[in-house]
Order: sequence, then C-alpha cells, then structure tokens
Amino acid sequence: MGKLLEVNNLSISFTQYVQGLNRHDLKVISDLSLDIGESEIVAVLGSSGSGKSLLAHTILGILPYNAHVTGDVKFNGEILDQEKKEKIRGKEICLIPQSVNFLDPLMKVSQQAVGECKDDNERKEKKIRQREVFAKYGLDESVDDLYPFELSGGMARKVLLSTALLNDPDLLIADEPTPGLDSKSVEETIQDIRKLKDQGKGVLLITHEIDVALKTADRIAIFYSGYVIEINKVENFLNSDNLLHPYTKALVDALPHNGFKLTEGVQPLEEVSGCPYYENCPISSDKCANNKPELIEHDGAMIRCFNFNKAVSEEVVDEVVSEEVVDEVVSEGPVEESVSEEIAEEVNGEEANDGA
Amino acid sequence: MIKINSKKLAKFLGLKAVRLLILLIVIAAISFIMIQLSPIDPVRAYLGQRIVSQEQLAIMGEYWGTNLSLGERVMGWLSTLASGSMGFSLIYRVPVTEVIVQKFTASLTLMVSSWIISGIFGFLLGVLAGAKEGTWIDKVIKTYCYILQSSPTFWIGLVLLMVFSVYLGWFPIGLSVPIGQLSDTVTFWQWLHRLILPAFTLSIVGIASLTMYTRDKLISVKKSDYFLFAQARGESFWGIIKNHGIRNILIPAITIQFMSFNELFGGTILVEQVFAYPGIGQATVAAGLRSDVPLLLGIVIISTIFVFAGNLIADIIYQYVDPRLRGEDDD
Repeated sequence: MGKLLEVNNLSISFTQYVQGLNRHDLKVISDLSLDIGESEIVAVLGSSGSGKSLLAHTILGILPYNAHVTGDVKFNGEILDQEKKEKIRGKEICLIPQSVNFLDPLMKVSQQAVGECKDDNERKEKKIRQREVFAKYGLDESVDDLYPFELSGGMARKVLLSTALLNDPDLLIADEPTPGLDSKSVEETIQDIRKLKDQGKGVLLITHEIDVALKTADRIAIFYSGYVIEINKVENFLNSDNLLHPYTKALVDALPHNGFKLTEGVQPLEEVSGCPYYENCPISSDKCANNKPELIEHDGAMIRCFNFNKAVSEEVVDEVVSEEVVDEVVSEGPVEESVSEEIAEEVNGEEANDGA
Repeated sequence: MIKINSKKLAKFLGLKAVRLLILLIVIAAISFIMIQLSPIDPVRAYLGQRIVSQEQLAIMGEYWGTNLSLGERVMGWLSTLASGSMGFSLIYRVPVTEVIVQKFTASLTLMVSSWIISGIFGFLLGVLAGAKEGTWIDKVIKTYCYILQSSPTFWIGLVLLMVFSVYLGWFPIGLSVPIGQLSDTVTFWQWLHRLILPAFTLSIVGIASLTMYTRDKLISVKKSDYFLFAQARGESFWGIIKNHGIRNILIPAITIQFMSFNELFGGTILVEQVFAYPGIGQATVAAGLRSDVPLLLGIVIISTIFVFAGNLIADIIYQYVDPRLRGEDDD
C-alpha cells in the first residue's frame, strides 16, 4: 500500500532578532520524518507549545514568512511545493482546527463551511453537501444560521469536523482537537476520528495529551525538543519494555496507571551538539555527547538513539519525587513539558495558545 | 437579516435623549457663562461704531438685562432657549435659527460629500495597505497618511488652492457661487465646480486617520486564527480579504467614521475660511470676531447636537449591527 503522506527530514527554523540587530536562528523542528498510510492514524505527541502545530502548517503551506523550511513533504508520492500545497489544501488535505476561534466570528457557520465558491451553482451544490455532513454529525438546520459564538463546545467541535469533511479529503490533520473539553466530549472526538479511519482516510493527529494519542492512534511519534525520537505502534506503548527510546520508556512509566515513576530534567531549549536527551539519559555514552543519532528503523519502529539495544536490558533509574509534584503531574502530564512552552512563545505568538 | 430588538432600542434611544438634554443644558449654560465673563460687551457690539451717550448706554443695558446678576442672566438665557428662540443675530440682523439653517445647509453639502469621499477612499486605502503590509504600496500609503496627519488643514487647503486654482486655473479661488450672479441663477455645474476643491481638502485630511485605523484592523485580522484556517481551507488571498477581512473591519471602520464628526466640523471651519465658502464655519469665525454673541451660542449648541448625533449613530451601529452584541440582553 502506497503512503499517503511522507515527511522527510523536515526542519523548520525562525530567524529572529534578539537584542537589537543580533540575528538568531531558532530551530523548532529538526530532522522530522514520518509517514501516514491510508486508513491510518498517526499521532505526533509532544509537550504543548513545542511547535508541533508548525508541522501541520508546513504541510498546508501556511507558515509565517520568516520560517525557513528544509526537507520535503510528499503527498501520494508527489513532492509538495508551495504552489501544489495551495492547490490541494482544503480539498485533499484538510485541517481540523482546535477551537472555535478558527471560525470567522461574524459569519454564519454554514456559510463558512461552504466557503469560497466560484458561482451560484457551486454554492448550491456545496450547500446541499454541507447540510448532509452537518446532519450526519447531528447538527440540525437551526445550527446553520448560528454564529460561532453561539455554539456550545460540543457543537463547535462537530462544526469544525464537518467543515473539514465537506470536500471529502484523503488526509485530515487534527491539530490539538481536544484541549479544554470534558471527558465525554474527548471520548466523542476520539470516536469521530476513529470513524474517519474506517472510511479509509489518513489522519495526522497532533496532540500533547498522551491519553488521547493512546486511544486514537495506530502509531505514535514522540516529539522531544524538536526531534522525533521514536515512532512506534500503539500496542507497544502498553508496556515500556517494548519501547526503544529511554525517554519514551520514562514517559510511559510516568503515567499514573504505570506507577508514576518520574525522572528529573527538562528538555534543552538551545540547540545541542549531541543527542537532545543526553543530559537526562540514563544510558548515555560518550558518543552521545557530541554526535547526533539518526532516526533509524528497527523492528518496524523508528528510533533515534545510539544505545537503545542496551536500554532493553537496563532499568530506568527512578527518582524520589515530592508529593506536590505528583499532584501537578496528574493534571499536567510529565514534568518535562512545562519548560519548552517558552520556546514556542518566543517563536510564534499563536503557538502560545496551544497549552491553554 | 438584521434583527433589531425594538424594545431594547427604544430604551436605548430614550436614555440617549435624556443624556442629550442634560448635555445641552450644561453646554448652553457653560458657554453662556464663559461669554459673560469674557470682555465682550453685547451692548457695545450691538452699537458697533455708533457714538452714544452714557445715559443711552445705561438704558440699553437695562433693556437687555446686562445689569442683572450672572445667575439671573443664565436662567434667562436657558428659559428663552427652552422656548425655542436662540435670539437675534447682530451681524446678519435675522433670527439666529434662520442664519444657522441657511449656513448649515451650505456646509452640510461640503461636509457630507467630503465625509463620504474620505470614508470610501480611506477604507479602500486602508484595506490595500493592510493586505499588502510591508510592501512598497503599504509604505507609500503609510507615508502619505503620516504627511497628511501631521500637516494642518488650512495649510493643505492653501497648497491645493495655489496649485489648482492659481497655477493650473482649474478651479475658482473661492466662494460658493460666481461673483455677480444671484444664487437662484447658479447652475448645478457651477455650484459643483466650486465645491470640489474645498470638499477635496476636507476629505484628504479625514482619509489619513481612517486609513491607518483600517490598515491596523486588517493586519490584526490577518494574524487571527480564522484567517489562518481560511487559508488552510484553500480560499484565495483576496477571497479571504473580501469574505473575512472586510466583514470584520467594516463595522469598526464605519463607527470610527461617525465618531469623526467633531473633526469634520473643526475642519470645515478652517476650510471654509481658506476657500471663502459661506457656510457655518465662516459664520462661526464672523460671530467670534464681531462679538455676535447670540449667533456664537447658537452655533455652539448646533455643533454639540451634530457631534452627539455622530456618536449616537456609531453607538447604534456597534450595538445593533454586530451579531455578538445584538443578541445579548442587558438586564
């Protein structure tokens, strides 16, 4: 089966001016590679505000002008340049945005779902299609004439989803579809996304909620300090022994139902010369300090580590953690998440909303 | 399309009417007191250059009530005003109301035409500059606005007058009708010909602030999430500007344009002076220079109502056209 979407060695950096005229390149995504097949859900899991959304923006060609992108994105085997991205976005690749803020506050939702039309015929056809899709998600006709601010949380989510599905795309990109939703709505969102997979569509799910990723995805790509350090099947996340990277293991072990084993340390904010996890890694060797591991294939998974074979046999060192931290972890996820938010705020104002 | 809650609107307008009444009383009283405290002597102003004896002066003063206390005079003025009379203009020798109606109508054509021109062009330039932010078009428009914003209206009027009337000779130098012609016999084209330059002067000054405001609003729309999402949905750039940009900036821009009535009125006074256009602006200056107290006070009151009306319309648009505010009940 051919791959629907392939991202190869994608790096994104921003040029910014710090203290007057000193130019500074801030790398947000480094050497990211992943692929999505038909009827497959791949989750990109990383801390909030770490720049995951930029992956979606790159695929759709809506990055801000000061972003530098290297690497390539292929869709159905064809390399996407800006022109091609502009042609297929909204048609073959659609975005499911994270909140109602992505809808024009002064336009009725049905009008927005229909979008731009060349002539009246196209408008009529799209209007009929819009009604069908809305009806499928249980939105009755009275919803058509509502403005975004009049929608309830659940309705808004369904409107956003219907909007993305109106043109029957092959690939959907769900950018943080669940923040701030109650558990019932989260459950519904997960079901809705899984249904898309049953219809043969590929889904790229970008999230910081490990729970959502585990329940929704077929494969999970772990995003750490701008690098994808491991891509593994969701089954392997049930037991940390099946995972390859020491960070991923630590992450899974830190989940409440796996015993809350926490490790210390934060994601590096600056570009490092060696492995980004070197500082905190329990299995690091001298080689890791100054050499960057490549993302390599191992047993159907992808891994970015020199010593992962060693890690399989060794235990991750546990740390004793005080009770306050544990409380925080229950709601926030792993400790490492908090610091990296600052990176994104510096880079891109809109990213700062991600975690909220 | 626009559903208006008529009960709410009635309540709103009622409150506004009360506010206007209070405002008018206060303005009328304060401006009257200020003139009373100024060195202007209405009796002397009325007599002009005529020479009269002290006794005659005292009789006149008594007849006009200048020997009464300030409080009595203020009450007298307010009660006469309440009966609908604004007094008798000293320089035009007709009731103030008549002068104002005549002069204001002349100015209104000037103000309305320049208000519409500046509204349309200001908005379009703002949209263009905002959409093309950072390009040379944007820079040209921005520079143009800064220059206009920082130069005084009368100076721009003088420059235009020099270029178009003196050097090029395209337009007459002043007056609203040709010299030596009765106003009844003036053709529409003659009238329009003389309106163009003053209206143009008045509008280019108004363009600058509206353009900068519109540009700024559009840039913030361009940074919004819904703009990004519209792009992600494959809508074209100008399509998004048209469908989402203008939709979101039109209401604030119209509001700003209505709020600018005070600048419009101030600008008219200067422009009419430069172009010798016989409107309310010239009447104001004449009333001030020649101590025509009743006319001056009358104009103050009329201009208050005019500016208040502009703000009121802006308020109504904001509260009743925007769907986000329209539906809410203020209990």
